[in-house]
Amino acid sequence: MYLTDPNPKILAKKSELVRKLLSFLPRDAVIDDPHETLAYECDALSAYRCPPMVAVLPSTTEEVAKILKICWDLDVPVVPRGSGTSLAGGALPTGDSLVLGVARMNDTLEVDYPNRLIRVQTGRTNLSVTGEVESDGFFYAPDPSSQLACAISGNIAMNSGGAHCLKYGVTSNNLLGVKMVTMQGEIIDLGGSQLDASGYDLLGLICGSEGQLGIVTEATLRILHKPEGALPVLIGYNDSEVAGQCVSDIIKAGVLPVAIEFMDRPCIRATDAFSHAGYPDCEALLIIEVEGSEIEIEEQLAKIIEIANRHSPVELRRAKNSDEANRIWLGRKSAFGAMGQINDYMCLDGTIPVSKLPFVLKRISEMSKEFGLDVGNVFHAGDGNMHPLILYNANKPGDLETCEAFGAEILKLCVEVGGCLTGEHGVGIEKRDLMQIQYSADDLEAQMSIKDVFDPKWLLNPTKVFPLDVSAQRRGDASQETAA
Amino acid sequence: MSTTSLMPSSESDIRDLLISETEGLHIAGGQSRLRATEEKVISTCALTGIVEYEPGALTMVAKAGTPLSIINETLQKENQQLAFEPPEYKHILNLLGHSTIGGVFATNASGSRRIQVGAARDHLLGVRFIDGLGRVVKNGGRVMKNVTGYDLVKLMAGSWGTLGIITEVSFKVLPIAETQVTLQIASREASILTRAMNTPYDVSGTFYDVASGFAYIRIEGFDKSVKYRMQQLLKEFSDFEIDIFDAEESKKFWSDVNNLAFLKNMQGDLWRISVRPTDGIQIIKKLDPKASYLDWSGGLVWLRVEEGFNVREKMQKMSGHAMCLSGSFNQFHPISTIEKTMSTSIRKKFDPKMLFNQQVLN
Repeated sequence: MYLTDPNPKILAKKSELVRKLLSFLPRDAVIDDPHETLAYECDALSAYRCPPMVAVLPSTTEEVAKILKICWDLDVPVVPRGSGTSLAGGALPTGDSLVLGVARMNDTLEVDYPNRLIRVQTGRTNLSVTGEVESDGFFYAPDPSSQLACAISGNIAMNSGGAHCLKYGVTSNNLLGVKMVTMQGEIIDLGGSQLDASGYDLLGLICGSEGQLGIVTEATLRILHKPEGALPVLIGYNDSEVAGQCVSDIIKAGVLPVAIEFMDRPCIRATDAFSHAGYPDCEALLIIEVEGSEIEIEEQLAKIIEIANRHSPVELRRAKNSDEANRIWLGRKSAFGAMGQINDYMCLDGTIPVSKLPFVLKRISEMSKEFGLDVGNVFHAGDGNMHPLILYNANKPGDLETCEAFGAEILKLCVEVGGCLTGEHGVGIEKRDLMQIQYSADDLEAQMSIKDVFDPKWLLNPTKVFPLDVSAQRRGDASQETAA
Repeated sequence: MSTTSLMPSSESDIRDLLISETEGLHIAGGQSRLRATEEKVISTCALTGIVEYEPGALTMVAKAGTPLSIINETLQKENQQLAFEPPEYKHILNLLGHSTIGGVFATNASGSRRIQVGAARDHLLGVRFIDGLGRVVKNGGRVMKNVTGYDLVKLMAGSWGTLGIITEVSFKVLPIAETQVTLQIASREASILTRAMNTPYDVSGTFYDVASGFAYIRIEGFDKSVKYRMQQLLKEFSDFEIDIFDAEESKKFWSDVNNLAFLKNMQGDLWRISVRPTDGIQIIKKLDPKASYLDWSGGLVWLRVEEGFNVREKMQKMSGHAMCLSGSFNQFHPISTIEKTMSTSIRKKFDPKMLFNQQVLN
């Protein structure tokens, strides 16, 4: 993938920028030593690295506003950063950029149980939000796999999902309001504690805009009372089509599990060897979890098991207590680690209509042979959110490129069958050059015109989301313009 | 107002119309939620049909002008529904039209179950629309999870026809619960609504009638589960006098709520206020209205007040907004200067010729 070259005119402004930043920020909040900026050179898409010109760690919204105003005046691009866990390169800097990290802004500002909300600074990690209200029986629903580390700011930027969003929705469905700073340094409140907007749903537009429209410093999040309990059932099939049909039948029967996870044979074998979860060696494994009181769990699981049995499973294991539940989840939760032990991997997250599942799995396995790279599939089956893990060897020349080409083909397939490029990780740099597969020129123009409104100079995270040649003119990138 | 109504039957007809159009237009579906604001109306009523329905994937795609009644009938056959319970305003607003699926999403019309399952905007997965220059734009898709590019779907939901003519929508549907009950609780305090929401019993509707002092709490699901949760709530509220509505009575009650039946045949201006749930009852105490009801665990306030009474003045610094559905005030609540600047700029990008619903959201 092509990384943009730093603009020498901006690099020349480094000392002026640092001087202005130090006029109001403490010394330890401004990182400009090239050895130290290395700490910000990548996020979880670690195949790509580039240290920024400067990194700053403000402590207040007002500081964020001042920093952005300075960058606006000096035309310095800004890359917002939460915890740096993006799998799509959403927080990857360019060499001429300022990385603005919100890690020091991690206070809880308000907890209001009657109104079911919590207001936090966005440097707080996802799991710590639940931690704040857990002892009173509440939780924050979106649960991306990185929830121990990922920040709410990044969750909002990428509109993060998680295993339980079949029932609880993704970030945008659980976000009530934000305090945001625009690139010009203006502070704006969107949404609030009420349940709908008075004008355009700008809050909905901000969520998932990958840090390109503003920097969110505070968020009002919806919290929910925890269910009384939850238990999973594990079902194995020797045919992925049958497993897909089982999922569809469960949903049609009116049961709405909180999670329906699906693993294919390569993934089952890898995780079982790694975690010794005792999974059956079969073509497709489903883990279906339901919530509620004992009576309610019993009622839902009985319906699920009745439907599952109609499709002749090779294995059906029902958790009776939390120990058994943990054992069922053990393999699934260590799936990524297990695959990582075999080799380097690239994880995609294209989403497809559930009915296309068997066809897509078959095509992926055919393509795996064509490209000569192994692939394992583990995904959220209830909502069609795939996670193909393509194995490659980072030390073998050309392997990464082959892997990326294979990945692009899978994502094309997802779009062809009526799905999309990314269901939860975001576009970042990883999928920006594939956007034209899903969107026409007019579709992209409509999206880019929104960025024109919020960030007329295209300084905020400018090289993300849109194909570089498509955004070149707006970014003032003459080299790309001519290349396009 | 005497109006001419155009009903183009394809996207290309709409595109041709918009490319040559220079005068203001009223963008409408079946005209059951918003009175025509311009003489020339473009309605999506001729763009009808369910394009795709996959009950096993909980998704449907339909042309924008498809009547809501057709959508509901089709879903019902598979025992599914639009879980956000789109409310109907036509009777209370004395409008003759019919509700379309495009209109439901364009106005983000969400009913009582909003507190449990989210608003219309949370169920909208994808849109196709034609902007003011005649460009066909699509955003989102027909899958449940999609973070590819900006979420213009949310922007279009609740944009009241001001950014483009929506031609097709795809959305999430959910199963109809096997059964339901509603507890009618005699309570002097509206705070019983938030108390009910703060239990693990998955309450799907909360309503409070201020005059009678009755709160209504709905629970839905499979039979055993509903019975269990009902018993738990009865225990929780054992200090109160409670009547139980069975499934049929419960359905009738919430259907009346969603048609605003309790505010029909009354004089006075009709207001809808959205605030922090615990603020709802405070507003009512300040205003002393002719009639008032709380939905959304207290955060949605329905009011009848004396004609010409300015409800917004009384809200002062309270976070939230008031919509005037019938009366002499601007229907839409003013927004902050910076939000206004951004909204106006977005509007100009999507509708540079200023064709669409100029009187709306202004």
